[in-house]
Amino acid sequence: MKSWRTFCTRRVSRRLIWAALSVLLLLSAALSLCLGAVPISLGDTLAALLGRIQGPQAHIVLYSRLPRTCGCLLAGMALASSGAVIQGVLGNPMAAPNIIGVNAGAGLIVALSGVIAPAAVAVTPLAAFLGALAGVMLVLFIAERTGASKLTLILAGMAVSAIFSAGIDAVVTFVPDALLGYSDFRIGSLAGLTMARLAPAAGIILLAFVLVLSLAGEMDVLMLGRDVSQSLGLRVKPMRLLLLALAAALAGAAVSFCGLLGFVGLIVPHIMRRLVGAESRGLILGSALGGAVMLTGCDLLSRILFAPYELPVGIMLSFLGGPFFIFLLLRQRGGRIHD
Amino acid sequence: MIELRDLSAGYGRQAVVHGVSMMLEPGKVIALLGPNGCGKSTLLRTVLSLQPRLGGEVLVDGVPAERLTPRQLAQKMTYLAQSRNTPNITARHMVLHGRFPYLSYPRRYRAEDYEMVEKALRWAGAENFAHRFMEELSGGQRQKVYLAMALAQDTQTILMDEPTTFLDVAHQLEVMAIARRLAEEGRAVLMVLHDLCLALRWADEAAVLIDGSMAFWGTPEDAFEAGILDRAFGIRLARVMTENGWQYYYG
Repeated sequence: MKSWRTFCTRRVSRRLIWAALSVLLLLSAALSLCLGAVPISLGDTLAALLGRIQGPQAHIVLYSRLPRTCGCLLAGMALASSGAVIQGVLGNPMAAPNIIGVNAGAGLIVALSGVIAPAAVAVTPLAAFLGALAGVMLVLFIAERTGASKLTLILAGMAVSAIFSAGIDAVVTFVPDALLGYSDFRIGSLAGLTMARLAPAAGIILLAFVLVLSLAGEMDVLMLGRDVSQSLGLRVKPMRLLLLALAAALAGAAVSFCGLLGFVGLIVPHIMRRLVGAESRGLILGSALGGAVMLTGCDLLSRILFAPYELPVGIMLSFLGGPFFIFLLLRQRGGRIHD
Repeated sequence: MIELRDLSAGYGRQAVVHGVSMMLEPGKVIALLGPNGCGKSTLLRTVLSLQPRLGGEVLVDGVPAERLTPRQLAQKMTYLAQSRNTPNITARHMVLHGRFPYLSYPRRYRAEDYEMVEKALRWAGAENFAHRFMEELSGGQRQKVYLAMALAQDTQTILMDEPTTFLDVAHQLEVMAIARRLAEEGRAVLMVLHDLCLALRWADEAAVLIDGSMAFWGTPEDAFEAGILDRAFGIRLARVMTENGWQYYYG
């Protein structure tokens, strides 16, 4: 075996990885529905989902845990696949929705729409998408003006994110009710999610995800670099913009209901690149599955570790994801030295 | 066939290439020679419509290039870039990208594309490492994969930007042999080369660019006899007859 990575990218082990991801997804979703401050058995949970039992337990499952679990799965899938697309299209491993201004742009619009039209829950995801799009386009514009190097892109993203974040803070300072649970929004949390709030975002996420998957071939070619992909007949600029817009839709819609969750979009694509390889279709699918598992798992832990109190999931995500990412970085360095 | 008519190219308004006219005839290997910074790569990129023209025309089978879509252009010309991103995919998948210009959305590869890829891999001598990842391959092996990818693109004209750079001598010769075989199949090959001896030994025609203008276009023998390369590079080029024809050297 040449290395762990070579091993992981072999066909047989790939199948195992896909199987493991699917099992983990089902397991995390089931546990997320059953566990919490009040544990409910799997049988009762299923019965509640199918409408066979009534009462407080059914109420908890249907109105608290089901929206929350769906929200975790959707947000994890959206943020991680958005990260995979952004990293691929920009050819930049440091890029992610929270780093290039997507999350902050969406967040600012969500805060503003909380001031202007607090009742218009259905249009919030759409507004968040526009904010995310504005963020990524601004970053791209600045980066291209300054030479489009990988570093300037990240620096431009940081600057734009800082400005948008200051905007969020300003909005909340002047209108404290703009974001109910402001601290949760900044850290990222899925507590108190309702199906009504989730549904419009879910529509955007699923549509954007299908479109992104259908453009996996184009993404593969984009990764060969501008000149080569253009010489293969790809219209590079419009395709880059389209894919980034879809990535913004994914991340923006997720931010509209889960707040500024950052880390999933950065690390899940990195992990998946090692596990399922760099080809776009597999990477996007893998990132979606991995992101859903990771966010659902972290949300579950954040609920049960200190039950009946709970942590915002963003804290758990950073506490678990950060060290794991560092572990991967150290491992990569070791691998390079010994190869 | 690709024809350049009075082509000027450059960056912004600054012309680097001035009024170049030439024909890329099928069946011929043309070596594009000239000192660093004389506009060879700019010329190549402009022919491929990767950067805008400042004047003149590029005709593709008699049609101005700007009337063709990127996809139509990609079915006429292949570009072997000097440097490129290498994503960590298998060599076979890399070659499959050569079929991209023939697919429409949502880009599902067809059985004939896979057949073409296998043929191209065998043709370029890359079939033994087709299953391996690009990162694991040596420079010479990677270049063979790129050549296979170019072949899979199946165009009449192939433009190569310094395809022998960073390769050892054996691989350099292999690349030149592949270029010759492409020409024998009826394709036009235009290659930017820095190794004059390799270029003059293997090419059918030499085009010499000095300060962005075409200073010479003809057979390698004529280029030698005109002394154009001595002037362009400030060297003394000489040759000896061997059993394989003229071999060139300089001092």
